[in-house]
Amino acid sequence: MNRFAALIDALAFMPSRNGKIRLLVDHFAHTPDPDRGWALAALTGTLVFAEAKPAAIRRLAATRVDAELFAWSYDYVGDLAETVALIWPGGPEHGAGDPAAAPGLDEVVTALQGARRADVMELVEGWLDRLDASGRYALLKLITGALRVGVSARLAKTALAAWSGVALHDVEEVWHAVTPPYGTLFAWLDGRAGRPDAGTGAGFRPLMLATAAEEGDAASFDPGDWCAEWKWDGIRVQLAARGAERRIYSRTGDDVSAVFPDVTDHMSFDAVLDGELLVVRDGTVAPFNDLQQRLNRKTVTAAMLRAYPAFVRLYDILFEGAEDLRPLPFVARRARLEHWYEAVRPRRMDLSPLVPFAGPEDLAALRDGAREAGIEGLMLKRRDSPYVAGRPRGPWFKWKRGALTVDAVLMYAQRGHGKRSSFYSDFTFGVWRGEELVPVGKAYFGFTDAELVELDRWVRAHTVRRFGPVREVAPGLVLEVAFDSVNRSTRHKSGVAMRFPRVHRIRWDKPPGEADRLETVESLVDR
Amino acid sequence: MEPGGFHVDPVAPVERAVITHGHSDHARPGHRHVMATPATLAIMRRRLGDGAGGTLQPLGYGEAVRVGDVTVRLVPAGHVLGSAQVVLEHAGARAVVSGDYKRAPDATCAPFEPVFCDVFVTEATFGLPVFRHPPAHGEVARLLHSMTVFPERTHVVGAYALGKCQRVITLLRAAGYDRPIHLHGALMPLCDLYRDAGIDLGELRPATVADAAELRGALVLAPPGAIADRWARRLSDPVVALASGWMRVRQRARQRGVELPLVISDHADWDELVDTLRDVGAPEVWVTHGREEALVHQAGRMGIRARALSLLGFGEEGA
Repeated sequence: MNRFAALIDALAFMPSRNGKIRLLVDHFAHTPDPDRGWALAALTGTLVFAEAKPAAIRRLAATRVDAELFAWSYDYVGDLAETVALIWPGGPEHGAGDPAAAPGLDEVVTALQGARRADVMELVEGWLDRLDASGRYALLKLITGALRVGVSARLAKTALAAWSGVALHDVEEVWHAVTPPYGTLFAWLDGRAGRPDAGTGAGFRPLMLATAAEEGDAASFDPGDWCAEWKWDGIRVQLAARGAERRIYSRTGDDVSAVFPDVTDHMSFDAVLDGELLVVRDGTVAPFNDLQQRLNRKTVTAAMLRAYPAFVRLYDILFEGAEDLRPLPFVARRARLEHWYEAVRPRRMDLSPLVPFAGPEDLAALRDGAREAGIEGLMLKRRDSPYVAGRPRGPWFKWKRGALTVDAVLMYAQRGHGKRSSFYSDFTFGVWRGEELVPVGKAYFGFTDAELVELDRWVRAHTVRRFGPVREVAPGLVLEVAFDSVNRSTRHKSGVAMRFPRVHRIRWDKPPGEADRLETVESLVDR
Repeated sequence: MEPGGFHVDPVAPVERAVITHGHSDHARPGHRHVMATPATLAIMRRRLGDGAGGTLQPLGYGEAVRVGDVTVRLVPAGHVLGSAQVVLEHAGARAVVSGDYKRAPDATCAPFEPVFCDVFVTEATFGLPVFRHPPAHGEVARLLHSMTVFPERTHVVGAYALGKCQRVITLLRAAGYDRPIHLHGALMPLCDLYRDAGIDLGELRPATVADAAELRGALVLAPPGAIADRWARRLSDPVVALASGWMRVRQRARQRGVELPLVISDHADWDELVDTLRDVGAPEVWVTHGREEALVHQAGRMGIRARALSLLGFGEEGA
């Protein structure tokens, strides 16, 4: 438990992705089985046991700590698990136990998995007395299912790949066939055993991703070598239906099947497909904002299923029955996909059409018309491209429509992290509503290192108020902000929210009074 | 204010002052006559120059001196080099003003000695039961571990110039770290003073003149205000650490953009405060400097009369 606690602590404070990977690599390299496997499970959300409720933890603390002292402390710290971890009067550092007697992660997880919910708090009380403050914190976060250390399943798998030297897509290929505490996985990555069988189940197969096309690439898009498709504005998914299993995976391999029963209900086939998840009403694709209502949820209501009906527009076929189609060229897979679709006709799904084009100029015109059509842009796929995991540069390109821009006024700046910790590098900007500025977005890239130095200097010289790491600045600097689209939002004071905002140009020359007004931004909202 | 006509750590210039230790919120300039331990007087001269006081009267630990009808003694407080509790005896009664203190071991200063008394004036910087400092050697071990995980990055540790800086250095040396340690310019003068007092700090180099290549993988100590600010840009992709008791609470570390919080404090934590109330046996306690209400409440639970003594002008320096 102590090693796990140290990992959780270090990850929580580590701002950079690469830093997190290094910490994970260090953990996998120096922690024995099965503890490292349980840690991996805890981080990737694959641990299952009876969780404890915060109220139960609070009641437990009340049996050991004076109520008034607890109230002052909780008020100061602001987080229940942290308060209890710090205030708990037992523990080896207070002479109540021997550090060597601290329970291991294996002991904790095994006991929790075998415990009835009613017995969990008694176990927890015993462990709290044997752990130090860091261990107590990790334990309490673990049993309330709230680790929140900024590690996605994808990042953890990336770290496994970095540590072992095995390619990430090979790790992903077997991921759904291995279970906590991942003994067979670590044995393979350690080189002590062969690769675990990926099985014939509905496991995730790593996706093939496209790189962004640059201006120079466009000239080579000849219809003899390339196929074009629309780039639909939803989320990339993989549908895997094998035997009785029906799964929907996000691009990173997260299983989102549970919240899309309106799609899984119709997956009565045996195939693995690649497509775009959308909300479609009466044959029309709804804005991304509608799909957003269905994402990041653990459950879905009947009302949501009616209001935001899910739909999958199919791009590709990876398996038909047991046959692995991935080595085939794109055009051959496309023919198989069309043939399969004609035969099966699954409801809530259709084919993403190929877009015919005569040459590069024709294609550029199609791309420029994409915004008018409410489409994100074009996908270009080489006719001869096999389906390979990851993001190889060359076979597939995404060619997004041109960005929108507005002139906004810098309002707040926040210190960055890691390399940028001495710079004010996260910028909140606003536009005019009457005489006041209302924030419409936040951007932290799009400028060069040299420009960042200038921006940082400007922020320091024009600060009017400070709130911890944030400075409010006098309205005086105009930023030309580029973004992919803008939607209505009830969560923002301005009523709008931008997607992918970035600083396009710094308008040192422009007076803030001439920046754009909220009405201008509202006129750009996707209908 | 007190019998004897002198003030302990006065916030404004006075005729006669007794100073517990050299931190700037306790040792202020401009007093006419200053009494303190020899080490505290040396620190004041180093930091304040002529502002240290009109006449400076050294008083070693344990020596008694009469001021008016009060007997004054200074007793080690374990906070920083030279730090003292002020023991006052008058008309058969004894009061002790703790100044800042800690009970945890510290190679750079004499350990706290509890003095049995009738009235105890205690600090309460960490006067909440969530503040319980872990053993300092464990925190230093985490720093050294981070240096093995990120061997190419500069580790910059925020530490106050007086006390914390030198304590962190001695902890590192005790843990076997024998490479040169680089210092921000503001930390050098007091390190020299500690060395003059016989405390071995190993090889120290100014970080200011070192080039970026030399600082790859190096350990740099700097004042807390410099670690995440423009000064730190000269460092090689720094891991920002801060050595302070406040680092016990995650939100405090996040607010300061700290990547490696080190819970190392020169103040008593909650358990030390409570133990000390018990050890000095005073039936009456005055609580100052910090979160008074919780410690007053705790004293009440222990059957001690306690009240909060609010003072203006005290910050968090040296915490």
